[in-house]
Amino acid sequence: MNTALVAAAPRHAISLRSIAGRIGLLPALLVLLVAGMSAVDAQFYGLINVLNILRNASLLAIVACGQALVIIAGGFDLSVGAVVALASVVTAKAMAATAAAFPGNNALIIASGVAAGLGSGAVVGLVNGFCVARLKVSGFVVTLGTMSATAGVGLMITNGIPVYGMPEIFVKGFGRAQALGLPTAAHIALIVILVMVFAQRRTLFGRYVYAIGGNVDAAVVSGVTIQRHIVGTYVVSSVLAALTGILLTAQVGSGQASFGGDRMMLQSIAAAVIGGVSLRGGVGRIEIVAISALFLTILGNALNLLHVDSRLQPVFLGVIMVAAVALDELSRRSKPRV
Amino acid sequence: MASRPNGRGGSEAPARLLTATETRMNVEIDSKPATPLLQLRGISKRFTGVRALDRIDLDVRAGELHVLFGENGAGKSTLINVVSGTFPPDEGTFHFGGEEIHHLTPQRAREIGISPVFQEFSLIPSLTVEENLFLGREVTRGGVLHSREMRKRASALIDELGFDLDPAQRIDDLSRAHQQMAEIAKALLGRVRLLILDEPTASLTERETGRLFELIARLKSQNVGLIYVSHRMREIRALADRVTVLRDGRHIRTLDAATSTDGELVELMTGRTIDLLFPTITHQPDKVMVEVENLTLADGSVRDVNFHARSGEITGIAGLVGCGKSELIRAIYGIERTSSGVIRIDDAPYEFPTPRHSLKRGVAYFPANRIAEGLALSRPIRENASMTGLDLPAFARFGVLRQAAERVTIAGIMEQLQLRPPNIERSAGALSGGNRQKVMLGRALTRELTVFLFDEPSVGIDVGAKLEVYEFMKRLVETGAAVIVVSSELPEVLALSNRLYVMHQGRIAAELTGAERTEQNVLSSFFREHLTAEVA
Repeated sequence: MNTALVAAAPRHAISLRSIAGRIGLLPALLVLLVAGMSAVDAQFYGLINVLNILRNASLLAIVACGQALVIIAGGFDLSVGAVVALASVVTAKAMAATAAAFPGNNALIIASGVAAGLGSGAVVGLVNGFCVARLKVSGFVVTLGTMSATAGVGLMITNGIPVYGMPEIFVKGFGRAQALGLPTAAHIALIVILVMVFAQRRTLFGRYVYAIGGNVDAAVVSGVTIQRHIVGTYVVSSVLAALTGILLTAQVGSGQASFGGDRMMLQSIAAAVIGGVSLRGGVGRIEIVAISALFLTILGNALNLLHVDSRLQPVFLGVIMVAAVALDELSRRSKPRV
Repeated sequence: MASRPNGRGGSEAPARLLTATETRMNVEIDSKPATPLLQLRGISKRFTGVRALDRIDLDVRAGELHVLFGENGAGKSTLINVVSGTFPPDEGTFHFGGEEIHHLTPQRAREIGISPVFQEFSLIPSLTVEENLFLGREVTRGGVLHSREMRKRASALIDELGFDLDPAQRIDDLSRAHQQMAEIAKALLGRVRLLILDEPTASLTERETGRLFELIARLKSQNVGLIYVSHRMREIRALADRVTVLRDGRHIRTLDAATSTDGELVELMTGRTIDLLFPTITHQPDKVMVEVENLTLADGSVRDVNFHARSGEITGIAGLVGCGKSELIRAIYGIERTSSGVIRIDDAPYEFPTPRHSLKRGVAYFPANRIAEGLALSRPIRENASMTGLDLPAFARFGVLRQAAERVTIAGIMEQLQLRPPNIERSAGALSGGNRQKVMLGRALTRELTVFLFDEPSVGIDVGAKLEVYEFMKRLVETGAAVIVVSSELPEVLALSNRLYVMHQGRIAAELTGAERTEQNVLSSFFREHLTAEVA
């Protein structure tokens, strides 16, 4: 008990500096953006817009959490966008099929749909993880391949036509519902973020992910089993992407192969990187990534409300991403050794 | 840009080059006889709140070898980084060759003849030796690389230096010693007036060290100034003209090497008296903990080795770089693949070793390269130190970490190892060599272990930290652990071990015990093996 107190004292003393150093500019920018937009446009803080922002930010945050985990372990997951689409059509198809076999049994229909959707994500994650951990192909190449393959499978299942036939309750009672004033997606995103933060900080899995990303050879020498954990990161990433696909499906009311896609994939990487995840691996915190996802969503929303040309918006995203990494590099420099 | 400096002789063979340097230097010395080659006055450097250098004065004369001596963190690295232009000093004046220098960059430093050889290699692993030598000063003809010419000059330089190095080999295919040679060759390619060597012998064999010393003598006779950082007394004795002692970023004293004693230097460096470098260890050999029979590795680096280590004693393995001594203990730990043979730990056969199982059986390994295999530099000390023990219930239950317990345990361990400063939340990347080794040692204290495999335990750490490592081994052995020390540093492995194996070309060349353990015997067993190998 005493040691804990003594240890806590110096940490408190440096907390002001370290808070700025650890969280960075992001919360400040977020507050600035929100305050600025509220002053400029009353529509911004209207209930409909706020709910819209929360819904989109939740979907992005869920995908970005998984992406961040993979990047922290030193990998890369380009397939998340395609997995969102695949999970969406697989869920819708499975529900339609179960509904045909067991009409009216909503619980069974929904369960089978969700299980099939998450399962399809897990399969892609396992393939990714296996190729990276066992076959030693770089994560970039593997997920580029599975991205292409997964998108293809999604289109094959649907022929590009939206899939209907989901129970009413799944759409109205879940996808478009609100509880405690928040959309369902926000509740689920909060749960995901909390679980991921816990996993990252308090479980062996999280610690080993940091260690593997920090120095994979050192982790091997330290007796960490590498392959299992690398596969784990890809599976988590794909399953979270699949979860986003299911939430989108429930919200829109149909399974579509056009969900997610490259845009979702790019945004998830942007959210992770702006949220302080180092592409070198070993560094990054889920909660900041979640804030970063919220920031990016609000930024996109703000640009829309300000009637900025939609073709110009990706330019903003690009500039911000590069600036974030540049700032991160700047702060890394000239640290002394003792 | 790329071809111009070469026109001035940037890549001529060094002998000719140095002669050119010599004549120029003579002219300068004639005109200003009293001016040192390098003159630093009141150099200070601060990093975010830490004062790394505090008003340092330093003179290096042409033709002089000036040793910088100090513990890790004393400011040696910062100082040579300032001299070589890596970062600017906050205050103070910098004169080189009589001229005041402002805004020095690494490129500019090389142009005016300041050539550093850093411990952390400035080589690009995926390029060849030759490509690395000419990096940034390639010989070109009309914008096209003139590779034949570069190959010729590289070979000429390497021959001149007497290094056993193939210019066409990729850096990542080379051993650490050969990388070090490439690094030195790179520094000497071009016009050199001040050469900075940061522990250049840390990974060289005796023979290569000899070559380097000859080279240093030649450079000195050609009026090149040298700044030399080393913790090895023997080298300081052999080479130094003057020694500057640094402590806590301050200049303590500059002494003439000839009139100072080892004790005096160490005392100035540490601010305390150190009597003996190697502690007296009481060995009480007990039962055989590690036994290896006819072990051959998949890559052939170790062949038909029989070997055992007992608890309560230090078993040493000596040998030249590349003789397979590291590979042997790495195989026991489970990092290198074996093709035949038997390993037994505590009488139980140990098939298909992996690091995880080795730790479970009480075997720990301390790698030679603490950056590549030891630490995750971006992660805090706490996480690095607890890494090997996380599978224990003391640190984690059902996959969930016990953070408070971890923090208390690691803080206690690092306090016991005297980590300075004692903040376990700092990232490992911010630590010096000695402190990094302490984090590695700390890992051993997180769990019950009986066998300790040390691979080059004192590479890159200062005298004070070495002492702590040796004391650590002493405590282990005297509490009944089996310790195996692999080292290229003969005095170290001779002084520490109770029984000593000598390895040569993947085989055990000799086993020396008691009074047989002499430098003479070790060297002659290399030699004998060499002869028989050549005859066969």
